Amino acid sequence: MLNPDLKLNEHIFDENVEMVPTRNGFGDGLEKLGEINPNVVVLTADLEESTKCEKFAEKYPDRFFECGVAEQNMAAIAAGLGISGKIAFIASYATFSPGKNWETIRTTIIYNQSNVKIAGHHSGIVTGPDGATHQATEDIAITRAWPGISIIVPCDALEAKKATIASVDINTPVYLRFTRDKTPTMTTEQTPFALGKIQTFWTSQKPQVTIFGTGHLLYYALLAATELEKEGTNVFVANVSTIKPLDEKALIDLTSGSQAVVTVEDHQITGGLGGAIAELLAKTKPTPIEFVGLKDTFAESGSPKDLIEKYGLGKESIKQAVKKVISRKNS
Amino acid sequence: MIEELHEEKLQDLEEKANQIRQLVIETLLEAGSGHSAGPLGMADIFCSFYFHILNHDPKRPDWEDRDRLILSNGHICPVRYVTMALAGYFPLAELKTLRKINSRLQGHPHRTALAGVETTSGPLGEGISQSIGVALTAKLDKKNYRVYCIASDGEQQEGNTWEAAMFAAKYKLNNLTLVIDRNNIQIDGFTENVMPLEPLKEKYTAFNWEVKEVDGHNIKAFVDTVREAHAIFEKPTVIIAHTIPGKGVDFMEKDFKWHGKPPNKEEAAKALAELRTLQGKIQSEHQ
Repeated sequence: MLNPDLKLNEHIFDENVEMVPTRNGFGDGLEKLGEINPNVVVLTADLEESTKCEKFAEKYPDRFFECGVAEQNMAAIAAGLGISGKIAFIASYATFSPGKNWETIRTTIIYNQSNVKIAGHHSGIVTGPDGATHQATEDIAITRAWPGISIIVPCDALEAKKATIASVDINTPVYLRFTRDKTPTMTTEQTPFALGKIQTFWTSQKPQVTIFGTGHLLYYALLAATELEKEGTNVFVANVSTIKPLDEKALIDLTSGSQAVVTVEDHQITGGLGGAIAELLAKTKPTPIEFVGLKDTFAESGSPKDLIEKYGLGKESIKQAVKKVISRKNS
Repeated sequence: MIEELHEEKLQDLEEKANQIRQLVIETLLEAGSGHSAGPLGMADIFCSFYFHILNHDPKRPDWEDRDRLILSNGHICPVRYVTMALAGYFPLAELKTLRKINSRLQGHPHRTALAGVETTSGPLGEGISQSIGVALTAKLDKKNYRVYCIASDGEQQEGNTWEAAMFAAKYKLNNLTLVIDRNNIQIDGFTENVMPLEPLKEKYTAFNWEVKEVDGHNIKAFVDTVREAHAIFEKPTVIIAHTIPGKGVDFMEKDFKWHGKPPNKEEAAKALAELRTLQGKIQSEHQ
């Protein structure tokens, strides 16, 4: 059942569940930050509208900087702002930032310990028709290796707004990952949010498997959980919105009963959420894990729905992974 | 406001620049690795900054209103470390720790390791952008401090440099002064053979910067040029400073092989002897 403590969206399983892109939450969060924190500045690289900076730009033009198509320059300018007292958000598509400008961010923001928040948009294959050039599917892997970065992947637009606002509570670099396509709203305004905390969205008695999901695919994990329950398989579904630093205690606690794990992410299996969890469990309590994610391949153009189906990231794939990990556990 | 240089101060700066060169040689010999040509070539300019141009306080490296000197080509940091130590940021004895374990003096400068180095740098082409960020903060906060950025000529080959050049002109950052060390060498050889930069002056003019050229070893002329840059209100200024790599040490001058290596014991002794003779010349010239 849905965890009642989290005040999740009651209409989550309705056919007409509200659908909003997580990037909208970023835009709403920036607008709020503009109002409450005079040190927040925003930079973009010719993607003001599509990264949802336009409301901030309109209301706070003196604190908005259009860099043109120049992601390296944008990152290093933000670094300069961040070391001189500002909190700088840089917004672009994740394949370009932190993709194209990876080393610039590494040197001038991460190692330099500058107070910059990197907003990577158009993440995952649900970027859809634009094709694989614009679908960021390695961004978690390439940011997770940086010492001292925090990585947040909101599951829906409401969580995206909360995460954006919360990201300025720490004065170190943060990577925020957003999606272009409309995705189901799973939480409500009342759902609590805390950086670094895993939340169990779906609970059950004596779970046989713990599903750890991040981002919008959590919705498919919840759909899988409802069907699995009817079929007599109990699972936990946990939202790992902060991938780094990982909520190790919660992760170990949530796994101790089930002794089997499925990870779900719209990202390459290599180096993403699954990798992070595997690293932790390998050194604490080796546990069978099945990984739902992109399997060492680029995707292609298509509708998000068709891509999720073709690349095995949806409900059926998650159910299969659950069954497989149970059989491995019992073998 | 930068004061005009009078004769007595000029002699003092020239002697200090020579002392900086000697310390650079001694520091590199002790480190056993590092770059020689760039630091020697930029000694006069670093000396001008720390002992005349900058509004700074070595005892308060985090002072909010200080002028910022941002070094983009981090590999010439030995000259920065030496000059900072002479200015009182840290004890001269600490120069011996350069590039060694547990040192604040990293092989390429790191902001959080040593207060006063302002940024982390080394990978080229990023310093102008970082300087822009700090200059924007000054504008937003209505502060009067100035931002100076030192960059190499080789790193003008980085695309990021020109992204930054466009941005600084767009936002009319008149509180930013860029100094390019035009010493004509880079690791693989002479810049004009590796990847021609000329006409460099015209490039910056076309990018809507105010461009000035100066002899980077003429301290008086350099200080005057920086003073002139302060009078430009409608755009950022770049000073192309013509320098001689390895300046002051005959066998290192203009030889790109000295870009990235330190002197050995014999070479250091020879270099120091030459620099000490030069120190005597400076003194007699001003008498």
